[in-house]
Amino acid sequence: MDPVIILQAGVASGTVLLFATLGEIFAERSGVLNLGLEGMMLIGAMSAFKTAVVTGNPWWGIVVAVVFTGLISQIHAAIAIHLQADQVVSGLALTFLGTGLSLVLGEGLSKAGTISLLPSFSIPLLSQIPILGRIFFSNQSIMVYLGYVLFPLCWYYINYTRPGLHLRAVGEFPAAADALGINVYRLRYLYVLVGGMLAGLAGATISLAISPGWFSEMTTSGQGWIAIGLVIFSQWDPMRAAAGSYIFGALRRLILDIQGPLTIFGYRNPFYYNPYYGFFLQMLPYAFTIVVLVIGSREAIRKRMGSPAALGLPFIRGQRGL
Amino acid sequence: MKPKSLWQVFALIIVAVMLLAACKPAAPATEAPPPAEQKPPEAPTAEAPAAPPAEAPTAPPAEAPAAPAEEGAFQIPDIEEGKFNVAMVLIGPHDDGGWSQAHYEGLEYVGKNVENVHVAYIENVPEGADSEQVFRALSRKGFNLIFGTSFGFMDPMEIVAGEFPDVVYIHISGYKSNTTNFGNLFGAMEDMKYLAGMLAGARAKMDGNPKLGYMATFPIPEELRLGNAIALGMRKTCPECTMDVRWINTWHDPVIEKEAAASLFDAGAQVVFTGADTPAVADVATEKGKWGVTYDWVGSCKAERCLTAPYWNWGPYYAKITEGVRDGTYKVGWDYFDADTGALGLYGFMEGQTPTKGAAELPAEVLTEVKDLLAKMLKGEFNRFDVFAGEIKDNAGKVIVPAGEKMQQSDLDQFPPGAPGLECKYCMKWWAEGITAELPQ
Repeated sequence: MDPVIILQAGVASGTVLLFATLGEIFAERSGVLNLGLEGMMLIGAMSAFKTAVVTGNPWWGIVVAVVFTGLISQIHAAIAIHLQADQVVSGLALTFLGTGLSLVLGEGLSKAGTISLLPSFSIPLLSQIPILGRIFFSNQSIMVYLGYVLFPLCWYYINYTRPGLHLRAVGEFPAAADALGINVYRLRYLYVLVGGMLAGLAGATISLAISPGWFSEMTTSGQGWIAIGLVIFSQWDPMRAAAGSYIFGALRRLILDIQGPLTIFGYRNPFYYNPYYGFFLQMLPYAFTIVVLVIGSREAIRKRMGSPAALGLPFIRGQRGL
Repeated sequence: MKPKSLWQVFALIIVAVMLLAACKPAAPATEAPPPAEQKPPEAPTAEAPAAPPAEAPTAPPAEAPAAPAEEGAFQIPDIEEGKFNVAMVLIGPHDDGGWSQAHYEGLEYVGKNVENVHVAYIENVPEGADSEQVFRALSRKGFNLIFGTSFGFMDPMEIVAGEFPDVVYIHISGYKSNTTNFGNLFGAMEDMKYLAGMLAGARAKMDGNPKLGYMATFPIPEELRLGNAIALGMRKTCPECTMDVRWINTWHDPVIEKEAAASLFDAGAQVVFTGADTPAVADVATEKGKWGVTYDWVGSCKAERCLTAPYWNWGPYYAKITEGVRDGTYKVGWDYFDADTGALGLYGFMEGQTPTKGAAELPAEVLTEVKDLLAKMLKGEFNRFDVFAGEIKDNAGKVIVPAGEKMQQSDLDQFPPGAPGLECKYCMKWWAEGITAELPQ
């Protein structure tokens, strides 16, 4: 069990969570809760893989996944923003729609065989840094590097730019934003679209880079839900989201590698002597999500954590409210 | 809705969704429209998989996650009047490239080679209570013979078999039977795993890295038996070899299978075996420049770094059972076949196949030994009891089977002490010499 290898694999599989979490942060910061993440990721994974199989070019797969998933997310946007329906119900419906749609359109894709995937490479100088170079910069997929660029950009955009200020205003106090001449509806549509596109990117990252292939709903195996938990855990902050995503990615791999060694830090390794303990570890990310959501469901705590004040509330122009 | 109660509903729903997801590794979703040939024509009328999103749903949200648990989520195929109707229940997709696909092709074989028979299947059926509903619904529709192809279908099938005495149920891989209409069926895959272990041991020795890996699913006798067969074969061609184990707690999860394979390779394994359903292990092996041994399906050994694949050839045996059940000549009970039935295979070494590149490079004497032993198995001169013949030691050096003794069937598929009246002497709760892992107490 080499911690560097675990972290290296964790950064790779955490990239999927990172994209999905960043997308959900944008949507929630604008005040729209989108529980359709899991379904959108499946659509992204399926459409990316299908496109790559048909065209033979994984880059087209990324493009199609991002565009197609973005369009699908607009169903939720229309229901939640335009029709002002319950966002929880609509988001869940989107998950079911996405799961079903991806299964039907993905029929037969699991037999597609090997296709060309997104490239993996090492960054010349950076990979020479001891330990950190091996974890972050050697032999990673290009999507992992994209993740390194994306999360600081998102953080800067949300906190330090004018459009980011508008985004926060729309999510915190839409009536005031409206009075300032910001088009609340248009911005919310836009950020649900961004969220959908990033979810599509997360799905495409699974099927074209991290664990290539299409395996029906097993492809995402609940990572969309973990990402929703991570949004709350990260307090709607892209920096914390990145840390959380990479830690969770590493945990997936740790569960397997920890079964190997006889001793850990000089103690008998319980996971070696009793494989049943592995069940417990496997449960942890999901248990964590439940705990975070239960904590997050208390309004006082949620406020303290910095939840966007108008999250989940439809904005009705001209009506008094938040 | 107030934000607070909204959040509570939201949290509740997530908890419910995750509980459901955790209980059922394969979410039911829909019966995907089957491919063209010989499929039930009515299947395309499958219900829409999701709540229509175009309208704002007014139903209480708590109903949403409950829906997939219902039997209605599965499209139950219809029978054809006047024909002998055979149904198959699969745990994964019919085209998973492994276990389920091997069964599905066996069913296709029955449809093509047995006269006046109608075949149908349901895929992605989770083990447990949901499957009971599926078996009951199929029985009610009037199917004559139903195959259930996963370990966890055993108890549900036993219950439903008691309710429909005129339907014959054949369960693959378990250990129960009522000897009237609920039968057990499995085969001696340990034969082929033993041979594959010999090849893998020779390969690891040749590559100068005498370490194997075994990705095991659940700590049950079947997985221990197959793992031990690999280790016994490995020690025959490579006495210094050891084998590492990873438990993945699933039969079918391509993503976890990939991660577990990577974990074994990164821990130093040269050849990794999978006990799960998909060929992921060979893909990872190709990536890492090592070797993978896939399982279950003859077509699974496609990747460049696939060494071989022990596989099932269910077709002829299923056809025999179908004809036997129809004529009333098949004796329902515990049916365990060996390699001489032709229902087991070792990819690259059966008639009309050529060894993979990785296997062809092995020393000639190893290849001859494997081929000779395979020929003996196919003739029925060497069977599973010869694989588990003494002297066998466990990985702590304790003698499990003394020299001159052989394990019996009750030993091969049971933990101690075994079922009442069927007690085992040696039992299958040990790891063979060379396996660097422990078992739960």
